[in-house]
Amino acid sequence: MAESVETQAAHHEDAHGHHGEMSFVSKYVFSTDHKVIAMQYLFTGMAMALIGGFMAYAFRMQLAFPGEAVPGYGIVSAANYNALVTNHGTIMIFWVAMPVLIAAFGNFLIPLMCGCDDMVFPKINRLSYQIFLLSAVVLISSFFVEGGGFGGAWTAYPPLSAKAEYSLTKLGSSIWLVAVALEFIAFLLGGINFVTTAMNSRAPGMKLYDIPIVVWMIVVASILFMVSVGPLIAGAFMLLFDQTLGTQFYDPDGAGDPLLWQHLFWFFGHPEVYVVLLPALGIVAEVITTFSRKKLFAYRTVLYTTFGTGVLSFTVWAHHQFVAGIDPRMANIFTLTTLLISVPIAELCFVYIATLFGGSIRLTTPMLWALAFIAEFLIGGVTGIFLGASGSDIYLHDTYFVLAHFHYTFYPIAIIGTFAGITYWYPKMFGRMLNETLGKIHFWGSVISFNVIFIPLFVLGIAGQHRRIFDYRNFPELALPQYQDLRILATFALLVMLAFQVVFLYNFFMSLFKGEKAGNNPWKANTLEWTVPSPPPHGNFAEMPTVYRGPYEYSTPGRDEDYWPQNVPN
Amino acid sequence: MRPIANTRSVTGIPTGRLAVWWIIVSEIVIFGGLLGSYVMYRLAHDSWANQAAHTNTMAGAFNTLVLLTSSLSAVLAHKAASEGDGKKAAKLLGATICGGAVFLTVKAFEWTHEISIGYTITSNTFWSFYYTAAGLHGLHVIAGMIIMGIVAKDAAKGRELHRVELIGLYWHFVDLVWIFLFPLLYIAK
Repeated sequence: MAESVETQAAHHEDAHGHHGEMSFVSKYVFSTDHKVIAMQYLFTGMAMALIGGFMAYAFRMQLAFPGEAVPGYGIVSAANYNALVTNHGTIMIFWVAMPVLIAAFGNFLIPLMCGCDDMVFPKINRLSYQIFLLSAVVLISSFFVEGGGFGGAWTAYPPLSAKAEYSLTKLGSSIWLVAVALEFIAFLLGGINFVTTAMNSRAPGMKLYDIPIVVWMIVVASILFMVSVGPLIAGAFMLLFDQTLGTQFYDPDGAGDPLLWQHLFWFFGHPEVYVVLLPALGIVAEVITTFSRKKLFAYRTVLYTTFGTGVLSFTVWAHHQFVAGIDPRMANIFTLTTLLISVPIAELCFVYIATLFGGSIRLTTPMLWALAFIAEFLIGGVTGIFLGASGSDIYLHDTYFVLAHFHYTFYPIAIIGTFAGITYWYPKMFGRMLNETLGKIHFWGSVISFNVIFIPLFVLGIAGQHRRIFDYRNFPELALPQYQDLRILATFALLVMLAFQVVFLYNFFMSLFKGEKAGNNPWKANTLEWTVPSPPPHGNFAEMPTVYRGPYEYSTPGRDEDYWPQNVPN
Repeated sequence: MRPIANTRSVTGIPTGRLAVWWIIVSEIVIFGGLLGSYVMYRLAHDSWANQAAHTNTMAGAFNTLVLLTSSLSAVLAHKAASEGDGKKAAKLLGATICGGAVFLTVKAFEWTHEISIGYTITSNTFWSFYYTAAGLHGLHVIAGMIIMGIVAKDAAKGRELHRVELIGLYWHFVDLVWIFLFPLLYIAK
């Protein structure tokens, strides 16, 4: 960070004059700098992704080769299997998708793209990460207590989650719940920072319609999180008391009702899908405009569509409960709202395709990921219609079809969207370029193997295979050889996919040292983060920028260059 | 050292106030979820009225009065702070803290009595809600008193006077939650 000293603005000199002498610990561990906190979130998220991926490996091996010892794990017992699938889901959503997509990209991008030096509350930002890290440690610790990790599925439905005599993990269930609660607190603190920073601290001249779409999306996602998670926090208190004190909030033996948890959980759980989807859509918008050298098609429509999605996302939750005993008339209403919400999301996909139309498309690695996002997410969206319609959901509920459907939404979000973002902003984050050839090998390996994992699972689901079965040999009519072969195929594809992640890790860490130097603006993009050195120095901007136009002015007629940075007067 | 980001105000609303409003938004949905669940259950179980008859309505009414009065001194503290009189603001915040302390003391006597005659958090789902909702609210009162103490300490020295308004906002919210809790848990029989 030698150049950062030279680029210090005068007003920074007093406060940060000594930061060249800062120790490693105060610079990278207890830093309040939004970029360092973003990296902490990114690396923690990546580490958790490896743990979650390992869990998937263990339980998929058990499904393909039941009863055999899994290399590197050992025998998977029924309790182990339940704990693995539960924590795989929990980790991938709450400790991978959320920290990477919202916290890492939000922290890195919002101050840079809005043209300010840091978040409005840097210390709260640091506290947010520390609580998040603590929550990750607490979650992992649940595997090492008596009874092992919680095995009641990531949705934690009572009575399985509430009563130790059913779940057999008295400590594991409570520790799991405490970890999730801590994680929510971390993201509430982070979200307040994101929203206030984007609302109040934008560079002079940056009007609402000049804000890059990814910032809008992260802000809307943070607001969605804030206003949807409350009932679940209340519900989590009630569940914790049911577990530990013996109250009967969810117990029909008292006056309780287990359905209440399902309402509270999905009132949060469905908006949560959009909480992670929106940042991914935002990343894709940035990548697609940059690499098709074209203005984003219908900026304002994208924005209004996003708001519409946010509002609609609060009206669809009971489509998770069609078979839980809710009134069929109620199911009709939720079918209608669920089918409605596919309209704005489809609209966003069309907007992105319209942006590509007629552009000078460059198939760089980030662009490949962004295009794959649209294609794969489309499959996830279309199969969602089958589950949103109560008639077909009653047949498909709790089968592998559901599982394949939500992996076709979450994989594009949490993996494809994240890789689009990482490969696109890597030069800005670390000052060096990733290797394009390795990037493309990793891309094709990951995307093809992903489809080979989950397309067979759609077939299994339609054939009626229930998703919570640990050993199919106990169900001879479901364990027919043709189905077992599909399960083995999916497991092999998973091994291939995991193997290709080694290519990424190698590329990521080698390029840190050996990558080609990136310069300020390797992609010739417009947004403000590309106007500062890579990596950006402490305080980001040597001179605070002024913004003159929107973020997507590519290929403007009459200009020599095909891009027009937001901070250039003319 | 405040970052430049913290000194800007594009919306015209001071950043601190904006953040407190967002905190209040996320708190509203927490209490909203809990009280919404309670109301739905209550509508389905008429028999809870028999349980609710054992709550001490007079103590609840007295506490309502105490909390409302403490909000008045929070407003007066804000007025003093906006006039630049940090010492007066600190004294008035002190009065608000006392209000919170009286509230908690009354609550402690109430709970002790109720537990001693056998109404505990597990005796019935009405009492589970009673202790959970009032307990969560009580935690907010305690947090508010601690933060208010810190703000008052600074204000007495004339520092960070804008925070007097922010803690006041939060205190009004805590007050408002009680305005919902009191009729739902004590009056509705």
